[in-house]
Amino acid sequence: MAKRSAPEVNAGSMADIAFLLLIFFLVTTTIETDSGLNRKLPPLEENEQQDVIIKEKNIFQLTVNKNNDLFLKTGGEEKLIELKDLRVAAVNFLDNGGGTGKDACKNCQGKRNPKSSDNFDKAIISLQNDRLAKYDMYISVQNEILAAYNQLRDREFKKAYPGLDMSFVEADKRYSDPRTSASEKDQLKEKLENIKVMIPQKFSEAEPKKSN
Amino acid sequence: MSKFKKKKGGDLPAISTASLPDIVFMLLFFFMVATTMRETTLMVENKLPAADQVEKLDKKDLVMYIYAGKPSQRFQSQYGTESKIQLNDKFADVSEIAAFISAERASKREELVPFLTTALKVDKDANMGIVSDIKQELRKVNALKINYTTRKGDAVSGSK
Repeated sequence: MAKRSAPEVNAGSMADIAFLLLIFFLVTTTIETDSGLNRKLPPLEENEQQDVIIKEKNIFQLTVNKNNDLFLKTGGEEKLIELKDLRVAAVNFLDNGGGTGKDACKNCQGKRNPKSSDNFDKAIISLQNDRLAKYDMYISVQNEILAAYNQLRDREFKKAYPGLDMSFVEADKRYSDPRTSASEKDQLKEKLENIKVMIPQKFSEAEPKKSN
Repeated sequence: MSKFKKKKGGDLPAISTASLPDIVFMLLFFFMVATTMRETTLMVENKLPAADQVEKLDKKDLVMYIYAGKPSQRFQSQYGTESKIQLNDKFADVSEIAAFISAERASKREELVPFLTTALKVDKDANMGIVSDIKQELRKVNALKINYTTRKGDAVSGSK
């Protein structure tokens, strides 16, 4: 029998099939947003805990009212503050280092105003919001506070480990990246912990108050 | 002059569509890789707020999602426009969060339970009352690791 070449398969409908699949995937899937601000909630205390006395100068008290206005009370004076000024104000407060004696802050680079916070460990940022405040505003405030902490942590991280050529945020990202090797993770973990102990995030959220 | 005479009745050569499937397949693979399957149907409006100090949530299987916001257009006649919580595929009351969390915990291996994170996907126009209620409820069941899911963007100009 004479050798015959195999008949060619018509590939004209291949595009249609591929389009069909493409449209199916376009409809059923979403591009997921999987990033955000990580926070930890305080555990619910059953028993009454005793009141801790904190000096007024060590508290950076933020209040968001129902009209989404931000009020800042620190060192005995209360004023309205713009969101864009919050980051700088928070950094100045945390970095002030007004403490003397055993409360002295050796890493602070602030103005050492005796009316503002003593050191990183003593400085507390508190946030209270109205129930009618917008979530958007709340996230922005949270973001600015986190940014202030990150800014200081970056500075201290760079100062403490200049050989690494990374900021705190970059190091933290590298640490949580699953592709980083285990030995590098161990090294980073210790360094990150040191900075976290030096500048703890003392950020408390009061329970929201009802607006009348 | 006949050299330059236009050919009459000459058919336009057909554009080859042989590479069309390749192009479409390329698009298809892009979408298959870059997107994920939708697990829940959103019944609330979910425009996330913007923030720039974001961290990535890894380990997708260890995340529980709680949605909140105004019911979407097609549910507004039935449920009104007040912000509501959505768990899985239906609207839920604040009191149902505890049951939802324990159901999620039961479905995971026991040693992984402490690493579970709750992602709050809340619409940016929702008010804080509902968010605080959720947070209070999460504290009661000791689900303390939370993540406010946000878009990447400038927080200061994004609000108001």
